[in-house]
Amino acid sequence: MPVRVPTLPVPALHRLTLGNGLRVVLAPDSTAPVVAVAVYYDVGMRSEPQGRTGFAHLFEHVMFQGSAHLPKLEHARQVQGSGGVFNGSTHLDYTNYFEVLPAGALERALFCEADRMAAPLLTQETIDNQIDVVKEEIRVNVLNRPYGAFPWLQLPEVLFDTFANTHNGYGDFVDLESATAQDAASFFDSYYAPGNAVLAVGGDFDVGQATTWVQRYFGQVPARDTPTRPAFGEPALTQDRRADVVDPLATTPALAIGWRVPDPVDDLAAFLPYVVLSELMSDGDASRLEQRLIHRDQLAIHQSMYLGLFGDPFDARDATAMIFQAHHGSQVNAEQLLGAIDQELQALATDGVTEQELGRVRARIAAQLLRHADPVLGRTQSFAAGELIHGRAEFATELPGRLAEVDAGSVAMAAADLAAAHRAVLELKPGAAA
Amino acid sequence: MSAQSADETIALTLPPLIQARPAQAPRAVSTTLPNGLDTVVVRRPTVPMVEVRLRIPLPAANSRSAAATTARGSLMSSSMLFGTAARSQQELANDLAAIGADLSVSVDADRILFSTAVLRTGLAALLDLLADVVTSACYPSAEVAAERDRLGQRIAMALTQPGVVARMARARRLFGDHPYAQTLPDPAVVAGLDASILRRTHRDRVRPSGATLVVVGDVQPATVGRQATAAFADWVGPSRRSRVLALPDFDPMGITLVDRPGAVQSNLRLGGAAVGRSHPDYAALQLANLVFGGYFSSRLTENLRERNGFTYSPNSGIDNAIAGSTFLINADVASEVTARAVHETWYELGRMALYPVTEDELDSARRYSLGTLALSTATQAGLASTLSGLAGQGLTASWLTDFQKAVAGVTVADVQQASRRYLSVSALATVIVGDATVVKESLASLGPILAPVRNET
Repeated sequence: MPVRVPTLPVPALHRLTLGNGLRVVLAPDSTAPVVAVAVYYDVGMRSEPQGRTGFAHLFEHVMFQGSAHLPKLEHARQVQGSGGVFNGSTHLDYTNYFEVLPAGALERALFCEADRMAAPLLTQETIDNQIDVVKEEIRVNVLNRPYGAFPWLQLPEVLFDTFANTHNGYGDFVDLESATAQDAASFFDSYYAPGNAVLAVGGDFDVGQATTWVQRYFGQVPARDTPTRPAFGEPALTQDRRADVVDPLATTPALAIGWRVPDPVDDLAAFLPYVVLSELMSDGDASRLEQRLIHRDQLAIHQSMYLGLFGDPFDARDATAMIFQAHHGSQVNAEQLLGAIDQELQALATDGVTEQELGRVRARIAAQLLRHADPVLGRTQSFAAGELIHGRAEFATELPGRLAEVDAGSVAMAAADLAAAHRAVLELKPGAAA
Repeated sequence: MSAQSADETIALTLPPLIQARPAQAPRAVSTTLPNGLDTVVVRRPTVPMVEVRLRIPLPAANSRSAAATTARGSLMSSSMLFGTAARSQQELANDLAAIGADLSVSVDADRILFSTAVLRTGLAALLDLLADVVTSACYPSAEVAAERDRLGQRIAMALTQPGVVARMARARRLFGDHPYAQTLPDPAVVAGLDASILRRTHRDRVRPSGATLVVVGDVQPATVGRQATAAFADWVGPSRRSRVLALPDFDPMGITLVDRPGAVQSNLRLGGAAVGRSHPDYAALQLANLVFGGYFSSRLTENLRERNGFTYSPNSGIDNAIAGSTFLINADVASEVTARAVHETWYELGRMALYPVTEDELDSARRYSLGTLALSTATQAGLASTLSGLAGQGLTASWLTDFQKAVAGVTVADVQQASRRYLSVSALATVIVGDATVVKESLASLGPILAPVRNET
């Protein structure tokens, strides 16, 4: 039988909103003398204008190129020279910047983040430099390797229709190369207003002291208009869709399937069963697709089924997707895989799931969430993302309980809905000699 | 500092660093069980989870057996969870899932490593499952044959990845016929394996003596000791002397060029001999590595990425394997600037050896080294992996404290001396994977190109 699932004590969250609109979440926790700072801006790849594909990600790079009081490279030097680490990443609906440092460096980290929220240096020289860097990033991750960015760059073109949802978020080289300092200034002005951002601070600090520092450094950033966010949702598919892509560097085929799923924010109750469904179907050796496709039928070399293009169910708004992908040998064709997946979804829809199996899936989900919450950065990012996407930092602490409440009937219903829904199928055909 | 704008109400200057309270050194409780298994347990109840690592030595006995050991270890690790005397594959997977565990079994030239996290309430069950696997994994013939075919396909796929090809080429250059040159199993050797070979290898190599179990998390060490003793009581076997072969000398002269026609990037890889965690030069070498290319605020990143835009993520580091440590430099660069990137990398190496680093550079590297060590051991998973890695080299948690002291005492002169010894252009081999028609001529202006090697894929 599955074991009793332990839970985390819910931390006290402190929040404030500055006069300029910046939403702040403070999550003190003294288990280790370290702090995490995360700034989430409510702009991602989906907000890029036509002709400026890849701009949100390029701009993320440029945010590390200096600011009013910190010359180029100085942000990294301040964070790392304090004994900390940093990074940033660009998602469909947000762009984040974060550091983890020894607790004594908190004020410095807040200063650095506030400085670039107020006034990043946006020169043509640094933009040209980062265009070159981003092109090499794309070559490493996409162009110079087989299966590069499969399927997150290719599948949306089949599954969705609007420019926002289908375009290449890494960027076409033509678009990247024509980016100017003026574009950057206007992108910053539109989307990087303090009222369009969330600051989360987690770890070992005094709430009163941190509040003073947040007000001192971030309070000085002038208020600006915040953009109206367009809805990126799309109507359900009215028929199945299929496409092929040839990968000139691959020697064996791969398959991706995408299904539309409920709105993860406005229809959370309908979305959560899909989270449990993806775990039950595909996560770990005990999962149904691992058993069927790998061990029993030996159709695939590797399989995974997950929510969200980047594998995090909770980091995107509508429209998002359930995705399946597999690498398989040339002797197996896509129809065999599609047939087996249909059968497994049908079986789950018809026969349901036992409490025993569901208990195992719940134990796995709980363990993954607890493990993610151990590092102070993981906790802090969950609070920031919860506040930005779901409007509530508490979303992160409530999630384990919400997922544990998903019952067998709603998982079977999600499987039935998926089995009946139209889907987008993308086959990757190998273009290289084996 | 740039000019301040007029509307600022408070003069903005960089805030000072405050000395944080020091991270608590982990209190590791070490014991050796009656069967010879070493255990290291740390109570760290940050979340109600437990991280577990079980490391079992698996070095190749000699160069001749290296290919066989690599292939067998690889297939053994991916077949080990296909069932035991008591459980089918599905039953084992279900029992692991029921306690929230996802057990991974990985292998390298030094060891087999079981790695997992489990809900606090499931630790005793996990130890029983681990014991079941190490004592009675059954390697069912049909499933092993299917896995052998999948492994062959995975190897074929890996060989199309330029990063994998580059790692292999550098390992061959540095390690010759030493087992460390075997970075991927040979598909032909894998094809000749079967279940009976794996069962024999398991019997010979998966033994408690020399193995280390690390447990970190929401536990009481005394309880874990009792649970582990009971769980592993039936895991016995005579100790096996695992002799580690010394690394060979290599000739650093000349550039190895692996042709990858049509490549839009070149994989630049350098490597050479370094020293390990117990050596008196190690702390200075670590700081020299950081200043050179070991973190974002390094000279290599400033030069190749931030000044020249040649590459996305250049880096350097020290790989600590049991037979010896290696200093490594990696950068994936645009094809047309390949030779320039090599030249700039060599230039930065020369600068490290010939000129002292600045006090600012040293202080930054020192704080980063100490800070990131504290960060990486602040989590259950980070601490467990760190202690398991140390145990593989015969070191304990006290090494962490010793290393911090050594880092605190490193001087500018120490860094320069370490750079001369280990970061010298003349001591490092250079390997390039790229389109020879684009890169060869300009590379030849920097040094002799060794006999051309075809990409083996």
